[in-house]
Amino acid sequence: MVEWTEQERSIITSIFSNLDYDDVGPKALVRCLIVYPWTQRYFASFGNLYNADAIKTNPNIQAHGTRVLHGLDRAVKNMDNIKGTYAELSVLHSEKLHVDPDNFKLLADCLTIVIAAKMGSGFTPEMQATFQKFLAVVVSALGRQYH
Amino acid sequence: MSLTAKDKETVKAFWAKVAPKAEDIGQDALSRMLVVYPQTKTYFAHWKDLSPGSAPVKKHGATVMGGVADAVAKIDDLTSGLLNLSELHAFTLRVDPANFKILAHNILVVFAIRLPNDFTPEVHVAVDKFLAAVARALSEKYR
Repeated sequence: MVEWTEQERSIITSIFSNLDYDDVGPKALVRCLIVYPWTQRYFASFGNLYNADAIKTNPNIQAHGTRVLHGLDRAVKNMDNIKGTYAELSVLHSEKLHVDPDNFKLLADCLTIVIAAKMGSGFTPEMQATFQKFLAVVVSALGRQYH
Repeated sequence: MSLTAKDKETVKAFWAKVAPKAEDIGQDALSRMLVVYPQTKTYFAHWKDLSPGSAPVKKHGATVMGGVADAVAKIDDLTSGLLNLSELHAFTLRVDPANFKILAHNILVVFAIRLPNDFTPEVHVAVDKFLAAVARALSEKYR
């Protein structure tokens, strides 16, 4: 059972309430596809991912980035049961999407960097620690139903 | 995943922007590492003060970034260029190489904070590859 202090809860809700999901989601996904190009394997049907510019302007990637970030919302609203909240999504990523769970950490790292760029020095070491703890729980929950 | 000519150019060009803030960036990255990955504190039990921005953290952050600057200068042959540093880390410091990745991540986070417009995805991938290559060179002498 993951324990959250009051300060950690308030840091997470504060970070997410100040986010533009339509901006940060796509930016994080785009960054992941460029920095870790093998992750493009899951998006073969999305159209042109031939180079960085194509990835940045691809509308399917934009839409998907937003969708992924809204998916994180569920964890923000259910911090005391992220494991249960993501059980179905975990099965989906395993059985239907066949995503190697190591990729979740790659996207999480890119999201951390995008948020750091947005928040600047407001993203203190304490906020970084809390945010990375949150993402680690999400990543673990998403990998939970793999077998 | 070795460094292409383009990677090296990208790293050198980005480093020119980093250089004036290098000490500050080093101090911030090290501070973050100690807070976000508390297990890394085990290597610094001999310091009086491990808090962000403390004197030993500032000094060591500068030392580390000095090493990275050296690596940028020797980017065409990191293995032989960083030989002495590799021996230091292998025989004296004995830092578990998994920690190189951890510190690299925190350096990237600080790049994003301090140079948000320059740290584009294209620069990010080149710098990430570079820091991984540095880590490999530092691990050369381990076994």
